[in-house]
Amino acid sequence: MIRFLLNDQPVSLDNVEPGLTILQYLRTTLGLVGTKEGCAAGDCGACTVVLGTLETGRIQYHAINACITPIGSLHGKQLLTIEHLQHQESLHPIQQAMVDCHGSQCGFCTPGVVMSLFAWQHSVQQGVAVVDHHGIADALSGNLCRCTGYQPIFRAAAKVCGAPAQPQFTDLAAQLQALQADADGEITCGDAHFFCPTSSAELARLLADRPEARLVAGATDLGLEITLQLKRLPVLIQTARVKEMLKLEDTADALYIGAAVTYTAMQTKVEEQFPAFAELLARLGSRQIRNQGTLGGNIANASPVGDAPPVLLALDARLHLRSLDGLRSLPISQFFTGYRATMLRPGEFIESVEIPKLKANEVLKVYKISKRFDDDISAVCFALWLKLDGDTIADVRIGFGGMAATPARAIHTENALRGQVFSEASVQAAGAALTRDFQPLDDLRASAAYRLAVAANLLRRAWLEWRSGETVQVMTWQPQVRHA
Amino acid sequence: MRKLTDTPISPRRPDDAKAAGGVGKPLPHESARKHVTGAALYIDDLPEPSRLLHAAVGCSQVTCGRIKSLALDEVMAQTGVVAVLTLADVPGHTDIGPVFPGDPVLADGEVKFWGQPLFAVAADTFDNARRALRFAKVEIDAETPLLDPLQAVAENRLVRPTHQLARGDAAAAIAAAPKVLEAELKVGGQEHFYLEGQASVAIPQEDGAMHIHSSTQHPSEVQKLVAEVLALPLGAVTVETRRMGGGFGGKETQAAQWACLAALLARKTGRPVKLRLPRADDMIMTGKRHPFVNRYRVGFDESGLLLGAEITVTGDCGHSPDLSDAIVDRAMFHADNAYYLPAAHIVGHRAFTNTVSHTAFRGFGGPQGMMIIERAMDDIARAVGADPLDVRKRNLYRGPERNITPYHQAVESDTLTQVIEQLESSSDYRARREDIGRFNETSPVLKKGLALTPVKFGISFTVQHLNQAGALLHVYTDGSVHLNHGGTEMGQGLNTKVAQIVAEELQVDIDRIHITSTRTDKVPNTSPTAASSGADLNGQAALAAARIIKQRLTDFLVESEKVPPESVVFAANQVHFGEGRALSFVELVQRAYLARVSLSTTGYYRTPKIHYDRAKGRGRPFFYFATGAAVSEVLVDTLTGEYRVLRADILHDVGNSLNPALDIGQVEGAFIQGMGWLTTEELRWDGQGRLLTTGPATYKIPTAADMPPEFNVALLESRPNEEATVFRSKAVGEPPFMLAISVWSALRDAISSLADYRISPELDTPATPERVFWAIRQTQEQAASEQPNSARVSPMAQRNP
Repeated sequence: MIRFLLNDQPVSLDNVEPGLTILQYLRTTLGLVGTKEGCAAGDCGACTVVLGTLETGRIQYHAINACITPIGSLHGKQLLTIEHLQHQESLHPIQQAMVDCHGSQCGFCTPGVVMSLFAWQHSVQQGVAVVDHHGIADALSGNLCRCTGYQPIFRAAAKVCGAPAQPQFTDLAAQLQALQADADGEITCGDAHFFCPTSSAELARLLADRPEARLVAGATDLGLEITLQLKRLPVLIQTARVKEMLKLEDTADALYIGAAVTYTAMQTKVEEQFPAFAELLARLGSRQIRNQGTLGGNIANASPVGDAPPVLLALDARLHLRSLDGLRSLPISQFFTGYRATMLRPGEFIESVEIPKLKANEVLKVYKISKRFDDDISAVCFALWLKLDGDTIADVRIGFGGMAATPARAIHTENALRGQVFSEASVQAAGAALTRDFQPLDDLRASAAYRLAVAANLLRRAWLEWRSGETVQVMTWQPQVRHA
Repeated sequence: MRKLTDTPISPRRPDDAKAAGGVGKPLPHESARKHVTGAALYIDDLPEPSRLLHAAVGCSQVTCGRIKSLALDEVMAQTGVVAVLTLADVPGHTDIGPVFPGDPVLADGEVKFWGQPLFAVAADTFDNARRALRFAKVEIDAETPLLDPLQAVAENRLVRPTHQLARGDAAAAIAAAPKVLEAELKVGGQEHFYLEGQASVAIPQEDGAMHIHSSTQHPSEVQKLVAEVLALPLGAVTVETRRMGGGFGGKETQAAQWACLAALLARKTGRPVKLRLPRADDMIMTGKRHPFVNRYRVGFDESGLLLGAEITVTGDCGHSPDLSDAIVDRAMFHADNAYYLPAAHIVGHRAFTNTVSHTAFRGFGGPQGMMIIERAMDDIARAVGADPLDVRKRNLYRGPERNITPYHQAVESDTLTQVIEQLESSSDYRARREDIGRFNETSPVLKKGLALTPVKFGISFTVQHLNQAGALLHVYTDGSVHLNHGGTEMGQGLNTKVAQIVAEELQVDIDRIHITSTRTDKVPNTSPTAASSGADLNGQAALAAARIIKQRLTDFLVESEKVPPESVVFAANQVHFGEGRALSFVELVQRAYLARVSLSTTGYYRTPKIHYDRAKGRGRPFFYFATGAAVSEVLVDTLTGEYRVLRADILHDVGNSLNPALDIGQVEGAFIQGMGWLTTEELRWDGQGRLLTTGPATYKIPTAADMPPEFNVALLESRPNEEATVFRSKAVGEPPFMLAISVWSALRDAISSLADYRISPELDTPATPERVFWAIRQTQEQAASEQPNSARVSPMAQRNP
């Protein structure tokens, strides 16, 4: 049984299909139709709801896409929907600001927009989100609006950021704590199960016993199998409560990130150690996807266009893999074996990722090329790690996404750079070696020729930035921003 | 029975208060409060009638060919399936082409595009209906599809005949011109991406009648087509539309098919049926903005002044005519945009291709037509070494010598000049041009570009009979007003504007005016809410109705109180008459009711002055022109082709604004939507005609981060429409869409800086980072390899399709 708060009402739920999404539950089961379906793929945000989760004793609000999230993810959490924001006759300040600033036109994306801004405003009050143009854009990164052009929504957000917390959102931490302890967080429905292990050992045992099971982390990709491919996934095992997969700690030499840690949860730690990686994470998916998606999911999914793997390749991260046979670890460069194929054996899962920290003479540059800046899949993702001895490249690793069937190192290019002075000439020569490393594909995101040409130019950009100490990118070029 | 006049008057609204609502006030959208609370209901949110079935549509996995067999037994056998519908089940017409035939409700013997609907299923749940589709056994003899519109023109495979406009002898003028340029431009299509997908519910009524809830911009057409496929009289079908979650033209003709299929399944099962398209189905099965391939050949003098122009626009119409005849016409009507062509020859082809039938989309061909002349303006500027703004200004329509369009309508107003000059100054164009020059000299990798482009957009349906509208107005004995009109609400705020108009005319508070669903049984024979005409037409019809009521009330006072008619004045919830006497509006209404005065009427409007002889290409197709201009500044990364719009300034002319908040909302939203069309929104089909971009994961409309961080939008002040439109306002739905051409032009400006503004780069649209990258490459290579060549810009193929 799972237990959660739906707005302020406790709900116990069992005997539902594990693949039931939160959106289906709200709209079809409960008839709460304020939350909309725009794409059923986690890409438009019309279905945005807010999850209240217990974090270090208090509730944090996170906007998520209800359309791709299995219902079992709700255990021990508070699900806030658009129906709950109004307090008696008066609108929530966000809602009022949206009315006052003319932030809705057709209104279909509006409930989702309001929920995203509601979570953002809460984060601002908690001191974990920023009130500026960039901060608002970040909060809205997963909410497509086809009518307004966003300007009035920015205005509404800017207007409301300082509004006080509303009376109905008193802290329900104790209640959530009790709900979480009250039930096992599992769902059974005939032959279908949603498992909720809390330790690696438990998870390993379940995987061994249930070879047909699918692991659910953020469900940002798995959810599509349910909503777009209409697959029935009768056995799901959730990783979100496996304590070994949630660790996030650093030692003198490395940062350890549990495989079930969300991008949002790891953002601060990554920012401290790898600012260039953090910039990439800020463009990975949308706010909603980052609140759900996990590093482990991104790696195990083994997509050739996943954004984290190229960086982890460049940083020579190690993956710690767990099964009933115990723990083994291997460098990520050995992990990907083919298109969506990995070294993971049956019954094995990624428990954590170990990323060596940068030393004083080491440089990390990360760039992502996509059609759209936010919430788009990379045409090319580039990560360069350099160990410099003065101007000379003592060692180098380059990770690429979008250039091959797997995320991959550019070995020939690295060889062309190693031992050379980091200069226009060496960059030029190394760029020419890229064609020996990759024969990328033409697809809807980019042509092969563009991928190769841009890959070489990104190496050049890295050199230009290293030489000048300044960024040479259009998005970091900051003009003055005014909000009327 | 008690009298209706006993109805208590709402205490919170003192009758002597100043009328709150009215024309010109920035009132919020009538549904704003419902939008933000989730209480606004769309089709899929409506309370479900009992025994409702859910429908799904099975479509072709082959692009083109004869259907050999369609076996659906296994589909019928799936869990929850109640009915399967094929073309054989259609009792009436099977072709639902809106203007010309060619759109079978389900494929009729042959398949003409990948994703064409073949059959439909009704089941107990949405997912059961969708799952069952896979069990169809379809055999199609695949043939080679035609996918290239230019090849279609070469082979004379057109969905409608080619049409031409001519004024003067363009060929001779070009031959005599000191300078000549020619070029080609491919302009991409655009997915509407309304956030609410297509949706309909059909509910069977007594006597075989059908009630339809449809997310449509054209309830009357849905009514007609549903009646035709069911073989019912129009009177037996009622279509109701409360609101759409976005339309943008995509629900003008292409909402009908889903309503028809729902109605056919409802007829077959005797049960209510809901049909809503999942996002991918919506993107695969419904038409988009037409991609175009355009060419120009222009002659001009050393100052950049145009002397003659030959322009060919070719619309990729897809497999059927749909609205393509009028869309390509509108592209031709806007191939001049804001510029006087002393001699012009404009040709418009309607190419057949084996793709979904492309349809209306905000601007209706106008944007695609404008692109070619805006390209020419930039190219001419590079050729004569002038700032493109100066070339644009030199070529503007400017009366009375330079004011005749290629279709012989005079451009009578001079708002264009005023808008451009005012914006040039308010945006600081000249100083920024110099700043950008300096920036580019010192920035080797990042380059800035700047462009000001104007818009002149003709307002009226070019099909004359559509320029009419009706309204229905009831005044109740408590003074509340129930209003219906033929327009539909898709987010643009039409209901709000129309309510403001009626409140203004009756001089009552806006919240006395109640507008509900658009229904074909309240206002019949309506035109689509399209062509930016919603407020122009329906506002006038509602105004006419309000005037009739007002006249009746006035006549009643004149007769009963023996006062002169000119003494009767409606003002701020009061009606003044005689010498210093007054009644509240409610009191007057109640007295009139007791005296047996009818308080209900229809209102009707038809646009005056317009006429057009299409065979001769002469007349006045447009009542007036809406105008505006935008300045965009971009920053381009020459290493990657990535770019960002840093700032946009817009000045747009809406005449006397009916509601400045809603109008600015239209301008801002249209600009960003237009920017998406020209930048990141790339439709991709594979070599077999299969659409690859079937969802928001692959089709990228702008997000919040794409909005220019500095975005200044203003309405032109103190310029009432010179034509007698409703309260002297101007239409605003479509015209500002084309302001986004300034973004594309600014990108070309930035790229041109790489060759010291001597080369005018090739940049087809959408100008994705990749296309910008290749344009940069080509410009750099050309600048390095050859002398500046201001003669002919050669049409070249993009390296990337």
